[in-house]
Amino acid sequence: MVPILEVQDLHVSYNSSGGAPYSALAGVSFQLMPKEILGVLGESGSGKSTLATSLLRLLPSNGNISSGTAFFEGKDLLQASVGELEQIRGKRISLVYQEPSVALHPTIRAGRQVLHVLAAHESERKSTLVRKRRQVLSSLFPEDVDRISNSYPHQLSGGQRQRVLIAQAIACGPSLLIADEPTSSLDPATQMEILDVFRTLRDELGLAMIFITHNPALLAGFADRVLVLYGGRIAELGPAGTILSLPRHPYAKALFQSMPAISGDKTNNGKKLPVITGDSSSAPLPRQGCVFEPRCPERMEDCRKREPAAVNLSESHTVFCFKYGG
Amino acid sequence: MATNMEPILRVEKLVKKYQRKNSAGSSEELVALGGVSFAVAQGTTLAVVGESGSGKSTLGFCISCLENPTTGSIWFEGRDIAVLTENERRHIRPQIQLIFQDPSNSLNPRWRVQEILLEPLILQGKLTREEMKPRAVALLAQVGLSSDMLQRSPAKLSGGQRQRLAIARALALEPKLLILDEALSALDCSIQAQIANLLMELQRKLGMTYLFITHDLAMAAHLADEIAVMYRGRIMEQGPTRKVLRCPTEEITKNLLAAMPSLDRAARPPLD
Amino acid sequence: MMRFFLRRLRHALFLLAGVSILAFLFTTLAPGNYFDEMRLNPQISPETLAALRAQYQLDKPLALRYASWMNSVLHGQMGFSFAYNGPVAPLLFVRARNTLLLTITATLIAWVIALPLGVWSAERYGRLPDRLLSWAAAGLLVIPDLALALGLLVLAVRTGWFPTGGMTSLDFESLSFGGKVRDLVWHMTLPVAALVFSALPLLLRHVRAAVAEVLDAPFVLAAKGHGIPRRTLLYRYALRAAANPLISLFGFSVGALLSGSLLVEVVMSWPGLGPLLLESILSRDLYIVIGGVLLSTLFLVGGNFLADILLYWADPRIRTETVAR
Repeated sequence: MVPILEVQDLHVSYNSSGGAPYSALAGVSFQLMPKEILGVLGESGSGKSTLATSLLRLLPSNGNISSGTAFFEGKDLLQASVGELEQIRGKRISLVYQEPSVALHPTIRAGRQVLHVLAAHESERKSTLVRKRRQVLSSLFPEDVDRISNSYPHQLSGGQRQRVLIAQAIACGPSLLIADEPTSSLDPATQMEILDVFRTLRDELGLAMIFITHNPALLAGFADRVLVLYGGRIAELGPAGTILSLPRHPYAKALFQSMPAISGDKTNNGKKLPVITGDSSSAPLPRQGCVFEPRCPERMEDCRKREPAAVNLSESHTVFCFKYGG
Repeated sequence: MATNMEPILRVEKLVKKYQRKNSAGSSEELVALGGVSFAVAQGTTLAVVGESGSGKSTLGFCISCLENPTTGSIWFEGRDIAVLTENERRHIRPQIQLIFQDPSNSLNPRWRVQEILLEPLILQGKLTREEMKPRAVALLAQVGLSSDMLQRSPAKLSGGQRQRLAIARALALEPKLLILDEALSALDCSIQAQIANLLMELQRKLGMTYLFITHDLAMAAHLADEIAVMYRGRIMEQGPTRKVLRCPTEEITKNLLAAMPSLDRAARPPLD
Repeated sequence: MMRFFLRRLRHALFLLAGVSILAFLFTTLAPGNYFDEMRLNPQISPETLAALRAQYQLDKPLALRYASWMNSVLHGQMGFSFAYNGPVAPLLFVRARNTLLLTITATLIAWVIALPLGVWSAERYGRLPDRLLSWAAAGLLVIPDLALALGLLVLAVRTGWFPTGGMTSLDFESLSFGGKVRDLVWHMTLPVAALVFSALPLLLRHVRAAVAEVLDAPFVLAAKGHGIPRRTLLYRYALRAAANPLISLFGFSVGALLSGSLLVEVVMSWPGLGPLLLESILSRDLYIVIGGVLLSTLFLVGGNFLADILLYWADPRIRTETVAR
């Protein structure tokens, strides 16, 4: 099978006023197969949002892609012209943004905003576009299509707004969906609903997906593979089941351990949660060596000297840590 | 933790209604709280869980006197604060503090950390100028921030650090009751663990009472002694955490438990 | 929605009544009256003066004069002018029409230039083209209106391309319809230019600021991510979201339609409301002053009202406000 997206050695940095450029992503490489859901797990400062925006070249003016390639349908996205990109965005690759409450225009009706996306990419008559819009909205809102279509975003609930965003994303039939924290502001029940929507989209429309989140629990039973991102570098990449139940990289291990869980019969009431000391999003990353080393509970001598290379634990499972070689 | 016999907070039949104009132009009544009653013992944590729109945030606003309830009473240390005048309330306010979900909205971005911390101290007027700075440093230490943060602006802090700052500011007034309205929800998972530990430690040291409003059942299970499940403005189920979560009686509690994302969940069939 | 408008309308009427009383009070209480000039003239006897004063009711108590003035307003006359020896209303309306001709044209032109220019500037926010434009606008802002108007006049005198004043040429009446229009436009050019130059910088700044703020908003980025083309993005998305402060500004523009051009009219001898008011204030021609003030206030209030209506229509969030009970 040919991968639908192939990212090689992606390096992205941001210029800061009066200072060295800040490296957001360094040497990120991965492949995405058709109909596959890749979960990108990362916390603040890991570069996950940069990954989403850089693939479609939506970086702010101070961001630049210093090297790397991202091949999609035979074209390198990172070298494509603006005109080519406008043809791809929303039509072949769609981005579902976080914060549905602000990702929709506040004074344009929901249905209209979906129509705009259709009109931007398809040159058919308005009546055809209106029909297509109805189709898309009906698939996401089995009941109440007309009311939702005529409503303004502030009249809709968080979950409904998210569905409108998804409608905009799938209206033109893309083959790849990048969702950046699409459920972070929703309550758990709605989060589960939206995950189901995504799953249905994959099953029925054959969509491949990159699902970015900071909450590993969302990826359980949802993603096919998981990519753990820390400090702009890949920590671990492999099948979701394996990584979520038995993570190898010390960061992933520590992260999962620090989450409270109602599992089995024991509620961990009253005991301290094992935490990763320090804070990655505000402290600068180390210049040399493994980026996780300052906070790593299992650090060794080598970790400070150079960055770990990829170690293939199996054909589909890779980890970047000296503990396993590299 | 030593607890007094009388609960520090007792809410009785709290009702809060709003008038809203819908898009047709006519006004309709929104019942955010439809008669809520519960009690919290001193030094313990009560978690209030529910989905969006269940009224839990409104509850927090009413108890912290940011909103006036339509009817009902709120007994804090034996006094009904719902019927107090604004003047009388001013003495109660420092004792009930509210921590919000998004610290970047509740911290003035133009001030520095030092000014943010000093503001409540200045308003309270108990300390002299010389005593204030050491107190600010002590507050920072209490929440695990170093004193060289004093000159930084909140915009330069991470989410976790901002939340710690918000807690430090709340502690400046030596409150007895801390209302945490989704205070952890916007943070990364690993940072949530850090702040949760901090909260537990502060409770042990200072004997504070927490009202923990959240939709994260796992964190509620970890932090709370008692849990109250809200749905559409009413408390449907309430009791010790272990009991409510292990043997839920209400439909809504069961649904919340089922919808909770967790790591060890295998692929589930889609919800219908 | 009706209730909203009726409430606003009621406010507006109260405001107008209040302003009329204040204007009346201030002008009548100001020292001097129309006939002071005549008093200095020894040829006019005091009895004649007294008779004139009685005829114009200048010796009656204030409240009575206000009441009879109100009566006159309701009859469409708005009082009596001493200097022109006739009812105030027709005078005011003719002059107001001339003023509006200038100001409406200038306001339209200013907005039509400011909107796309502001959007263009906001798109390049902070970069060289934007900064150059901001400098130019700031420069224009700093130049006083008087200097601008005089400068344009000097241009007219030196080059002879434009008339140096007035609204029409001497042979206006004998021109064909097309000729009349051309003549009018020729005369209007300089005063309209002066007004546009003085209004443009402020409008530009506001449009630029409002749009720049919106361009960073998540929904614009999200729309970009959906491949919505740049043009639509700027005008249908960004400008629309930036509309609120601009609508309020537009309300002010409408409000200033009668009052903002006084200086330019006087300098360029345009027969509008401005010179009439100036002349009447100086000669204490009471009712013209009051009428003029009232008319200006009407526009101001009307402009605000228009802004309210437009805001209500443009922003659905204003229609559904939640009020605690």
